Amino acid sequence: MTTENAFWMDTRTQLTLVELAECSGVTETVVQELVDYGALTPSGARPAEWAFSAECAVSVRKAARLCGDLELETSAMALVVSFLERIQELEAQVRRLRAQAGGSF
Amino acid sequence: MKYKDYYEILGVKRDASADDIRKAYRKLAQKYHPDVTKDPAGEEKFKEVGEAYQTLKDPEKRKAYDELGSSFASGQEFRPPPGWEQRFREAPGGGSQSFSFDDLDLSDLFESLSRGRRGGGGQRTPRPMRGPDFEVAVQLTLEDAIRGTQVELHVALPEYDEHGAVHAVEKTIKARIPKGATDGQRLRLRGQGGKGMNGGANGDLYLDITLRPHALFRADGHDLYLDVPLAPWEAALGASVQIPTPDGNVNLKIPAGTTAGRKLRLGGKGLPRPEGSPGDLYAVAQIVNPTVLTDRERELYRELAQASRFDPRGHFAKESP
Repeated sequence: MTTENAFWMDTRTQLTLVELAECSGVTETVVQELVDYGALTPSGARPAEWAFSAECAVSVRKAARLCGDLELETSAMALVVSFLERIQELEAQVRRLRAQAGGSF
Repeated sequence: MKYKDYYEILGVKRDASADDIRKAYRKLAQKYHPDVTKDPAGEEKFKEVGEAYQTLKDPEKRKAYDELGSSFASGQEFRPPPGWEQRFREAPGGGSQSFSFDDLDLSDLFESLSRGRRGGGGQRTPRPMRGPDFEVAVQLTLEDAIRGTQVELHVALPEYDEHGAVHAVEKTIKARIPKGATDGQRLRLRGQGGKGMNGGANGDLYLDITLRPHALFRADGHDLYLDVPLAPWEAALGASVQIPTPDGNVNLKIPAGTTAGRKLRLGGKGLPRPEGSPGDLYAVAQIVNPTVLTDRERELYRELAQASRFDPRGHFAKESP
């Protein structure tokens, strides 16, 4: 937490199942299904103990929007989440390489 | 009111089956979805395609739309047939007695049909509804990320009225961005999104932050990279050079024999984090040659070339196929 109502959505912030559902605009059931499909891997054994990195809320929000607008099922949403997470990872790598390599990149 | 040819927008014939309409919508929605497209006009096209689909996918709305006839061209001014006025007025959230079709959009008409079916009037206890979340892109300078900043965002946000109809409302949002932002990060501002309805909580505002490229520093998370140009003799003999950091200038000791690309780490001299110690600053050695040599410099280089046994391409002979 940074100020009273501002939160950085990154790996330092952890969200519970209820918080992730609220942040992403989906139901808790959808989040549970995404975990079942392997698209999200929270720490903690039981849903009540699950802790998600706030970073994943960004992917879940986007996937929910896409799948809602394209009328896709949760299984497709799980795939979209996995791909978005991968894109996010690769973008971070590109940023890192650009920063390190400078003008030669 | 301007006529819109929903069939033309979706690229289907007027007798297209529900399945064809769905397929056409999905194809176009995938192409123009704001989360996918790079087309600046994509969002507008996506809205248009969505509006067409919302009407044509619903058999009742499609029937009503077809009743308008096919003699109008897209964008042509037209008046709905007799009876439509009454239909619109009777729908919850419909027009007042003094409303004019000129003030309406075609989608408002079909939306009023849905509201009429939902019976969304005052008979039922209104359910609290959480306001929608919004996402806004914000570009910050490195200095903003270091110190934190206040930004003024001018945005057109959709807002729902008491009947559930959507209106775009121009808003200026002042948001404080605390120090410690990094490129590609998102900040959630709780309660600063769309207004909740019937006592529901306000939505959240998400800021998608990017950092404007800086003339000197490149950011990787909270670490910064700075190219430090060195004269060949500084790199060979070692030197003490002054370099800028976010905290001001510092002296950096360049070890003798520094090669191009070597990184020298200055712990804690990178970007501040919201909590904990700042990132690091990496000084990246760059060896640069003077573009114009004096006679004396040229003479010294020649002397060095003759005296040196250094072979920078020695490994070619070993590694060549």
